[in-house]
Amino acid sequence: MLEIKNLHASLEEEDKAILKGVDLTVEAGKVHAIMGPNGSGKSTLSYVLSGKDGYEVTDGTATLEGEDILDMEPEERAAAGLFLAFQYPVEIPGVGNMTFLRTAVNAQRKARGEEEMSATEFLKVVRARARTLNIDAEMLKRPVNVGFSGGEKKRNEILQMAMLEPKMCILDETDSGLDVDAMKLVADGVNALRAEGRGFLVITHYQRLLDHIKPDVVHIMADGRIVKSGGPELALEVENNGYADILAEVA
Amino acid sequence: MAKPQLKHDPTEVRLLNIARPDAAAWTGPARDAAVKRVQEMRLPARRDEYWKYTRPDTLVDYQAPAAALFHNDEGRLFDGIDRLTIVFVDGVFDAERSDDLEMAGVRIDRLAEPADIHWAAETYGSLEAAGHYVPRALAALNTAFASDGVLIHVTGKTERPINLVYEHASETSDAMLHHVVKLDAGAEVTLLENGPAAARLNMVMEVDVADGAAFHHVRAQGRDHERRAVTHIFARLGTESVFKSFTLTVNGRLTRNECVVDLTGDNAVAHVAGACVGDGDFHHDDTVFVTHDAVDCESRQVFKKVLRNGAVGVFQGKILVKEGAQKTDGYQISQSLLLDDDSQFLAKPELEIYADDVACSHGSTSGAIDETALFYLRSRGVSRDEATDLLTLAFLAEAVDEIEAEALRADMLARLENWLKRRR
Ligand SMILES: Nc1ncnc2c1ncn2[C@@H]1O[C@H](COP(=O)(O)OP(=O)(O)O)[C@@H](O)[C@H]1O
Ligand SMILES: [Mg+2]
Repeated sequence: MLEIKNLHASLEEEDKAILKGVDLTVEAGKVHAIMGPNGSGKSTLSYVLSGKDGYEVTDGTATLEGEDILDMEPEERAAAGLFLAFQYPVEIPGVGNMTFLRTAVNAQRKARGEEEMSATEFLKVVRARARTLNIDAEMLKRPVNVGFSGGEKKRNEILQMAMLEPKMCILDETDSGLDVDAMKLVADGVNALRAEGRGFLVITHYQRLLDHIKPDVVHIMADGRIVKSGGPELALEVENNGYADILAEVA
Repeated sequence: MAKPQLKHDPTEVRLLNIARPDAAAWTGPARDAAVKRVQEMRLPARRDEYWKYTRPDTLVDYQAPAAALFHNDEGRLFDGIDRLTIVFVDGVFDAERSDDLEMAGVRIDRLAEPADIHWAAETYGSLEAAGHYVPRALAALNTAFASDGVLIHVTGKTERPINLVYEHASETSDAMLHHVVKLDAGAEVTLLENGPAAARLNMVMEVDVADGAAFHHVRAQGRDHERRAVTHIFARLGTESVFKSFTLTVNGRLTRNECVVDLTGDNAVAHVAGACVGDGDFHHDDTVFVTHDAVDCESRQVFKKVLRNGAVGVFQGKILVKEGAQKTDGYQISQSLLLDDDSQFLAKPELEIYADDVACSHGSTSGAIDETALFYLRSRGVSRDEATDLLTLAFLAEAVDEIEAEALRADMLARLENWLKRRR
């Protein structure tokens, strides 16, 4: 599904290398988790994959279902099936959440040559999916993420993911700032989307989320590289002993 | 028309080359006095501080620069609203296409009619004359030489809005219209204006809002790219009265909209707002002067400008709080969204306060599209253009939201949305 090879990226402005050769393959139907100390480059990886300005890819490749995504515009990557749940969802005053969702869904459909969703159909689907995430009508009406609590913002990210039905979902610390109940809602939302043809890359600091979203593979990222990969037990090891042992071992 | 005497200054040239219309006798004294004001103040020149950001020459010149007509395929604005329509073509009243000037709660006359309109004789030119804290000689020129306009005396609550439609049919037309609106105590009216009016328009509207009365005003200045306009609104507000005015400007080579509001009765409310979008050869100037001269009044100025391809936006806004105007609540915000590096926004916000118990705030910002928001939208599959439009419309909506009536808000937003789509 997602294949990253020897990916190097630096900050455009400072000419500072952040990603220093990332190798990672997420197969369809699988959930991969990335853990790692703060500043190791996890968010940078998610931004470089989704096409944010300010980063320069200096080496390596990234493909989605065999298609090179690094040359695509962010909207093209989205239409190709890539989705990033932001670590810090963006507030957009003046743009209603519902308008935003419908614009996004229809823009992707149009880009793929599919028919747009009618207003009534959209409303039906969005209401049903919002309900399972405990998002009420009021939240759908409000401007995107404006005045949302941390948990509401994260649930709103999952709602977008549910509406857009991407092939490859990257979740950047979607669990941070969530209480236990909200975490359960988010995890349930993700689990509901788990499917044969869909891959997940879950970036997290904590084992907690991985109790709910059982990963197939866990990677440890440090200083811009994947330094160790393993099964779910690797997450437990981090939870119990921190990163020091693992980093010492691979150093 | 006599040849201009080039040696003379622009004011003399203009006065020599303009004829008083065949007007009703009752306007005579007001027109005479206005000519004197023009001679004393002189028409604006480039060196004038008040015209620092906007060149007045093409508004002052004895000839209107030609302006190509724009064929509008959008359909007429306000068509979904039950209203009384009055049509002017190049500043000339079109009786055939206008409704009968009859409606409960209001009496409507025309300035060009010979009938003796007593109430208007008192008001015509008087609010304009009182509005010269700063010289506004183009308004005085209008009082002196306006060829037509409507005189609206609102005695009750009108059930339908009055819609002044201004069509532009001749590439060289030069229109001068002067409206007077007088609202009796407790009366209410909504006035809608739309259309480019002429190659060049000089419009004055005097609005006298008596105690407890409410005046709502929404206008859209037409889409012709080459038209020019200088407009003045002079409003006087009585106790507990309301004045709300919104202006949409889409295109136009040169627009100067002045709005002069005097809050003279306690607890009065004045809101003046505007949204403008310009691309290329576009210069738009909002000049607002709000005077608080009573206790417990509220004023709000909200102006938003979207500029692209070298378009220029100007905002000069002043809140003057006179001695004794305690508990004044004054607010002013002017913001521009510059869609490229060639465009320019020039703002001069001013507060002048002589009372001690007041809350006044003002702000002015100029910025580009929020890149973070743009990326967020694009990461969801929305194209760069569509995302830019969404954010631009959201920016403008904050000014449009100043309009109370939902249907009118929707009309204005639709126009802006169409502009964004077309211009891409
Ligand atoms: N736009 C940026 N400007 C400056 N430094 C940045 C920027 N983006 C990332 N970095 C730096 O790159 C490194 C990796 O950051 P990040 O990808 O956010 O790490 P993580 O998500 O693993 O905590 C950090 O040292 C961070 O300070
Ligand atoms: Mg991060």
